[in-house]
Amino acid sequence: MNPVVVRLLAPLPALVLAPLLLGLIGRVKAIMGARRGAPLLQPYRDLARLLGKGELLSTTATPLFRLGPVAALASTAAALLLLPAGPLPPALSFPGDLLLLAYLLALGRFGTLVAAMDTGSAFEGMGASREAAFSALSEPALFLALGGLAWARHGLSLGALLGGGTAAGLARQAPALGLFTAALFLLLLAENSRIPVDDPATHLELTMIHEVMVLDHSGPTFAAILYGASLKLWIFASLLVSVWIPAGLPAWASAGLYAAGMALVTVSVGLVESLTARLKLAKVPRFLALAGVLASLGCLVLFAGGRP
Amino acid sequence: MSGPLISLGILVVGAILSALCGRRSLAAARVALLSVSLAAAAGTPTALRVLVTGRGVSWRAPWSLPWGSLSVALDPLSAFFIAFILLLAVPFAFYGRGYLARHRGSSWHSLSWSLFQILVASMVLVVSAADGLLLLMAWEAMSVASLFLVIHDHEEEGVLKDGLVYAVAAHLGVAALLGLFALWGSWAGSLRFADLSAVPLGRGASWTLFLLAVAGFGSKAGLAPFHVWLPKAHPAAPSHVSALMSGVMIKMGIYGILRILLLLGGWRPGWGYLLLAMGGSSALMGVLYALGQHDLKRLLAYHSVENVGIITIGIGAGVLARTAGMEIASLLAFMGALLHVLNHGLFKGLLFCGGGAAAQASGTREMDALGGLLKRMPWTGTGFLIGSMAICALPPLNGFASEFLIYSGLLSGALSGRAAPSLVLFFSVPVLALAGGLALACFAKAFGVAFLGEPRSAPARDAREANPWMIAPMMALALACIAIGLLAPLMVSLIAEPASALAGVAAAAGGGGAAAVLTKVALAGWALLLLAAILSALRWLLLRGRTISKAPTWGCGFSAPTARMQYTASSFAEPLLGPLRGVLRPRVHLVEPRGLFPEGGSFSSHLEDWADKILYEPLFGGAANLAGRVRPLQQGRLQLYLLYTLLALIALLLWQVLA
Repeated sequence: MNPVVVRLLAPLPALVLAPLLLGLIGRVKAIMGARRGAPLLQPYRDLARLLGKGELLSTTATPLFRLGPVAALASTAAALLLLPAGPLPPALSFPGDLLLLAYLLALGRFGTLVAAMDTGSAFEGMGASREAAFSALSEPALFLALGGLAWARHGLSLGALLGGGTAAGLARQAPALGLFTAALFLLLLAENSRIPVDDPATHLELTMIHEVMVLDHSGPTFAAILYGASLKLWIFASLLVSVWIPAGLPAWASAGLYAAGMALVTVSVGLVESLTARLKLAKVPRFLALAGVLASLGCLVLFAGGRP
Repeated sequence: MSGPLISLGILVVGAILSALCGRRSLAAARVALLSVSLAAAAGTPTALRVLVTGRGVSWRAPWSLPWGSLSVALDPLSAFFIAFILLLAVPFAFYGRGYLARHRGSSWHSLSWSLFQILVASMVLVVSAADGLLLLMAWEAMSVASLFLVIHDHEEEGVLKDGLVYAVAAHLGVAALLGLFALWGSWAGSLRFADLSAVPLGRGASWTLFLLAVAGFGSKAGLAPFHVWLPKAHPAAPSHVSALMSGVMIKMGIYGILRILLLLGGWRPGWGYLLLAMGGSSALMGVLYALGQHDLKRLLAYHSVENVGIITIGIGAGVLARTAGMEIASLLAFMGALLHVLNHGLFKGLLFCGGGAAAQASGTREMDALGGLLKRMPWTGTGFLIGSMAICALPPLNGFASEFLIYSGLLSGALSGRAAPSLVLFFSVPVLALAGGLALACFAKAFGVAFLGEPRSAPARDAREANPWMIAPMMALALACIAIGLLAPLMVSLIAEPASALAGVAAAAGGGGAAAVLTKVALAGWALLLLAAILSALRWLLLRGRTISKAPTWGCGFSAPTARMQYTASSFAEPLLGPLRGVLRPRVHLVEPRGLFPEGGSFSSHLEDWADKILYEPLFGGAANLAGRVRPLQQGRLQLYLLYTLLALIALLLWQVLA
């Protein structure tokens, strides 16, 4: 196949399958809670229903209220261009693209925050303030984990640092990689407003973080927000999984491992959500500090072991 | 060399003419606009030519002053800063013309326009001087001119006090610089840069000179812990002056550090470690204190401390990487630092212009009295938004390009091994990342509280858009921020020469790699814009023909919301500052509501600078105490003074006899 076409294929699985992750988490939670729960494809139905509606805008809001979610979805989708997907190489790859990934996620967050503040609602301001604080505190852990991976694989592009591990290297660096994976998993929970940091299913505005920021959105814009959230979940899960896929496998094996890994991470999120309680908001910084400590430990283990 | 000299001449003539305008301050403003624009037109082409070709020029004239020589020179580093100063002064001058338009003409305003031009001229001279004495004279002119510009609104409460802090800080800095050049000159026998760099220096000597340079130039740059004057002086000044000082003048400190590094040669790894530590602590302290501010302009001033910290991290990484033999990492870090100098000038200038316009329109700088200004001042608000995104290093704007280069320098140095320099560079990355995350929180707060939501006070509700003289420069600065982000690879040719001189590599060798990477970064920026455009179009298509209704914001069932129920600047920062209460120690005033029908509870908190409380208050308190003890000697009684004279004469006589 034409290499340019192949390069543009990498974001496709995410674009099509990301809402499925949310459905899968919902199924796991329903089964664990012995409820009948929503069907697996419910997120797609939600999106379709929202896309068919009109919109309700706040009289306080400016055009930023609509532009913020658009910017957030655009930046999350752009971040997908940088990620490999199993056997598919990333669409855009250059040394240092891990920085672009982190800052694209930051841009998405900024868009959401600004749209929330635009309503002038105390609740949405509260959510924005919490989101801003917790995301800021999770940045060091993200950079430590990605930087450590870059050091381990001796490459500054996500293509190299995610897909560049040999089977022998994986075995040798397993302790450090395990710590990075743990850190990234904690970040996945925090950045995607999952229990124990946030609860996507809560009904009390005072306790929400992400959900309360999007209270006033409706219709296709709200669909963009939901879809963007599922893409963001996919990005974090994909980071975790790609670390462990050895280079040089046949395409089908790599694709199979990738799919199995994504399913495993998603089910784990569902299990964590079913089995743990939410942390007090004041304790969330400690949770994020734990991610930072795990990532730092990973780096130290890595430096002590040296590079093969 | 003629270009910058002509610029200097134009600015000096303009300054004199402006001062002569007296009460016709509008004429003074016109003279200033003309002279600043002409100076930029005259000086920039020469500077750009030096930057692109890498071939410096110099000029020397006889001078009767002892020790000094009237020699000026333009190497790529000077040329970069000259172009930077001259090009940025133009929009700030135009903005100032609009900002001062509400006042009636007075000779004080004419004088202030004259000082504005002197400030620009002295900065041009600072970066082109090739002689220690000439540099010090220009430096002092810069400090004095900016001091009088800071106390422009001297009848306002507190402005004179802030000016005093600035005057003391500036002169403590000059004292360190005097020591630096006096020591070095005494070893070299001359103060010309060529002679200074030729003198061989031992370990102790070069460390002494380096530390004096960091103290002297670092205090002007606003590096922690020398930063306390900055958040006091910059907000007190009129906004076009704040923009010029925060955007441009503090970079003279950065220039000074870079120049001394070039002249010293023989760098030591310790310098890199020290600069990284100072840069990292400035970045973190600056952004944390910024989060705690309620005053919009003071918040911006603390962000200057943060950004100077980021630039210094770049310089420190460059120094450390070069001493460890990692040339490419060093080059990337220096390129990032230089590009961030330019970028910070653009977006911080833009933010000060926007913040100043908002404060002027609503009569207060208190963020908690503002709100909803984007609707009332759409141009100003848009400018402030673009500036906020740029300073948070969000792609596709210019701040990302420069921070990307600094990060790349850190990471590529870190990847080269596990020796001490690599590890330090590696662990600088999360520091920079944390500062970035906190900056994003801070600007979501500043923009969100001041420009979005509903106005929290009557003056904010009645705010009107700024005049075109102010809007046009803001839009120009915003466009520059966008253009540099989207055309980042083109900027490499402007920073490759000075950065490669600092990194000690050939410009052609490393610049190409950086340009190739920045091309990809810019490409991603374009892709992002394309995606956003497609998504907006999709949304429009979907909603065509459907009902879009409007209603008040959902108040969770509460029927009588007021604007004062919105999240304020303090409440927004609480989740970040709350856990740090033990370290930052904010001063809290709390009146709890009491009784069955509680009334009149209140809460306010102020964040005071740690360096002020721990370092400077005891220091200056001690100095004042000491001065008080000497005071009995000075009674104001003539007899006593005659006695002192007699005693002094006797002492001299004895000394003469005994010697």
